[in-house]
Amino acid sequence: MSTLTIKDRVAIVGMGETEFGKGLAGSEMELACRAIRTALDEAGIAAHEVDGLSCSNMEATHEEDLADTMGFGDITFFSRIPAGGGGGCGTVGQAAMAIATGQAKVVVVWRSRKRSGRASRVWGKTAQEVTDYEAWLRPFGMIRPVDDIAPMARRYMHDFGATREDLGRIALTFRANANQNPRAMMQAKTLTMEQYLGARWISEPLCLFDCCLETDGAVAFVLVSAERAKDCPTKPAYVHAFAQGITPGSSLMANYNLDDPYRLQTYAAATRLWRDSDIQPGDVKVAQIYDAFTPEVLWSLEGFGFCERGEAADFVRRGEIGPSGKLPLNTAGGSLSEAYIHGFNLISEAVRQVRGTSTAQVDDVDSAFVCSSEGVPTSAIVLR
Amino acid sequence: MENKDIVIPATDDPDTAGFWAAARERRLVVQRCGDCGKMRFPPRPACTCGSFAMGWHEVSGRGRVWSYGVAHAPTLPAFADLVPYVFAVIELADAPHLRMVGNLATSAKAAINSVPQDAVAIGDEVTVAFRPVTDEVTLPVWIPATQSEVVQ
Ligand SMILES: [Zn+2]
Repeated sequence: MSTLTIKDRVAIVGMGETEFGKGLAGSEMELACRAIRTALDEAGIAAHEVDGLSCSNMEATHEEDLADTMGFGDITFFSRIPAGGGGGCGTVGQAAMAIATGQAKVVVVWRSRKRSGRASRVWGKTAQEVTDYEAWLRPFGMIRPVDDIAPMARRYMHDFGATREDLGRIALTFRANANQNPRAMMQAKTLTMEQYLGARWISEPLCLFDCCLETDGAVAFVLVSAERAKDCPTKPAYVHAFAQGITPGSSLMANYNLDDPYRLQTYAAATRLWRDSDIQPGDVKVAQIYDAFTPEVLWSLEGFGFCERGEAADFVRRGEIGPSGKLPLNTAGGSLSEAYIHGFNLISEAVRQVRGTSTAQVDDVDSAFVCSSEGVPTSAIVLR
Repeated sequence: MENKDIVIPATDDPDTAGFWAAARERRLVVQRCGDCGKMRFPPRPACTCGSFAMGWHEVSGRGRVWSYGVAHAPTLPAFADLVPYVFAVIELADAPHLRMVGNLATSAKAAINSVPQDAVAIGDEVTVAFRPVTDEVTLPVWIPATQSEVVQ
């Protein structure tokens, strides 16, 4: 059998973002449409040419409503990727697969969220009678995603010597990146270690600044074949490699029943990703790592092979994730300090790094790595 | 029950009903495969060996704190008056690769914030007790060895 591959055969040629903020006017649908409109305009592609769609399974905007509103043509490919924050890179990867195999020619991927109000939080709507994996967590007062992460974080700190200051360094690094980014919700707010250590607890050992923002906003991308990309006015960001990942015994956030609880979903995605990629972890000059909670960054650094097991905190301590480090991370501020659009704004920043237009541009970038959420069925891409 | 906002597990799922039925009888069970003997939690309809002969196996109810968190506000109304409280991941003595989430308490009837966090550490020994919360639902609760000595 010949080797089939999506390598460099599809590119992101359009990108659109709404404003990121709290209490934005307009419905989630309107925010989605505005981001998609911007992405199509940037790519110079007419709405009626769109024939494929991919999004998160938590998306409230329906494909058919979007197609009707925007004036898309006949849609012949659509997919939804499960597991919330784990799905972002999956939408881009499946769009690339659809184009590379001829199932579609122009694919739009998007994420739209209005989550800045406390009443909109998913945990606030926990049912009185819970089923499935929630039955083993919620009755015991583990209600929020941060509660699922807290014991994983504590045990990791216990086993590998990571400290609160290490988590704080992640938050401070991303905040400093956001301070340079006019789109970031936290552009005007600096963060010191003293403020970090003095912040209120949310779920110990995690405090307020270990948790991502809640944001109203939308992000969209337009993907076409590499041939078609030559006719687009933007610099293409080629989808070089893509993988999804679930490891045996892993769960949604509360991963306490793996034999090895830190062999998380990223390990499966990493094996496949690096097998298919000409660019290897040591070649990556800038990365966008999913950061709903600071400890996820440590686990993803290890899972994707940027650090050995247990060494990520030391990597952070040495300043390697900062602008002059070996691997600058989340250069727009990430989920912690730019906006939380379920990781889709991490993909935007990777596109900007490839285009050379980031507000924290890394020199001589020839590729950009992005991963979706650790601890849930996940995904990752390498762009170039 | 006194707290109408309390979050309870569904007890009528065929895959998990046996766990909750045993809890009502104050027994802690996990699944054990009738063919290969492997123990499993959380419950599933089949074993990784391919067998569907899943049975329930009573374990000793002893374990250790694998890790824990301490919840602070904001949370659901049912838990709002209890913060900060500890929730723990318990490694079962009979099957250390199986871990269950539960609360720590000084006795079966004591509140989930009755064990203060400075009395908790990774590795602490705990023993299960049972707390009926509705006619159908009895929740396991874990009594730290240090706390049960205090109570006695
Ligand atoms: Zn078996």
